Amino acid sequence: MHSTIRPFWPPLTAGIALGLVLLATFLLTGHGLGASGFFARFTAWLGGEMVPAATETNAYLGPFLKGAASPLANWITWEIVGVLLGGLLAALTSGRFRVKIDGAKNLGGGGRIALALGGGVLTGFGARLARGCTSGIGLSGGATLAVAAFLFLIAFFVAGVVISWMVRRAWT
Amino acid sequence: MSLPLYDGGVASGLLSGLLFGYVLENAGFGSPRKLTAQFRFSDWSVFKVMFTAIIVAAIGLYGATEIGLLQANGVFIPTTFLWATLTGGALVGAGMAIGGYCPGTSTVGLATGRLDGLFFIVGMVIGVGLFAGVFDPIKSFYEAAAGPQAQTLGSLFGIPSWAVIGVLVIMAILGFVVGTWLERAHGGVLTAEQLSNGDGDEFVEEIEIGTLRTG
Repeated sequence: MHSTIRPFWPPLTAGIALGLVLLATFLLTGHGLGASGFFARFTAWLGGEMVPAATETNAYLGPFLKGAASPLANWITWEIVGVLLGGLLAALTSGRFRVKIDGAKNLGGGGRIALALGGGVLTGFGARLARGCTSGIGLSGGATLAVAAFLFLIAFFVAGVVISWMVRRAWT
Repeated sequence: MSLPLYDGGVASGLLSGLLFGYVLENAGFGSPRKLTAQFRFSDWSVFKVMFTAIIVAAIGLYGATEIGLLQANGVFIPTTFLWATLTGGALVGAGMAIGGYCPGTSTVGLATGRLDGLFFIVGMVIGVGLFAGVFDPIKSFYEAAAGPQAQTLGSLFGIPSWAVIGVLVIMAILGFVVGTWLERAHGGVLTAEQLSNGDGDEFVEEIEIGTLRTG
């Protein structure tokens, strides 16, 4: 596990590679890359399994459960499975795979888990409100030069910088 | 040949995702410490990689449409819903500042063995559930101030797409120069070695597979 650690790609190389992957996805599917859409579908599926009546009548999650097909029977599910496999492959072949809780030492494991959960709640809510996340709206929308993408990215960076300053002790 | 192929199949999803995850991890975006360092201006990798990717894909889409390979209006362009787009974007930014990830990068973080990525994902599922729970009362806010459907920067400012891309290239060059200068002032970017092994100071706990050493 602790074999030689390969360095990350230079940002320009990674950016060009990501741009080409994004372009290929557009040409193949007609849309870009995403992520939060899967977690919306996963939540609809989980709700349908645990509290079916409430989920089916919910104005937001209900439509995902209409029809015979599972809400998970969608391109985005396979894309996320691919992201997991691609990330795992890259980490394993570069000596960067470690099972760990990652964060600043003075925060402690419990604190880091609480912040990861809390940040996740904000992100899950925010990505539904924005109709997409950093990948789906910011990156993919940005490549189509959509106004929505750049409004999203500006709000994302401004809030990120301000909140990051407020919680700076959690990361340094 | 007429593109896009509109292939929504299993192989298409797996292939796109595999390449996406592979590139994100190699960019260092499985690490919450590298991702959040952008917000402290000490590591500009997020800006550099995202801006470069947007420009490369934008040039490709523009060029492919110009030469007739890609049908005009053939790809999905998101529509602005001013307040929902801005508030949602701010919440995703706050979520990354606090939790260390966005939806895609938390998936990559988990793939690299980071259990905090899994907790971020659990949080996202709770967040989607909360959104669904309050969807009726916030629906008018969600749909307020809708912009023209699939509006692009070119149509907003009344300039051609190639000019928009030109402005983005200039902004990217400025960002690379200023960012690299600030990275040096902060002692350099976070390297894979620092982030994988920790320097004794910045990592909480590493759990050896099989021994589950914690504390």
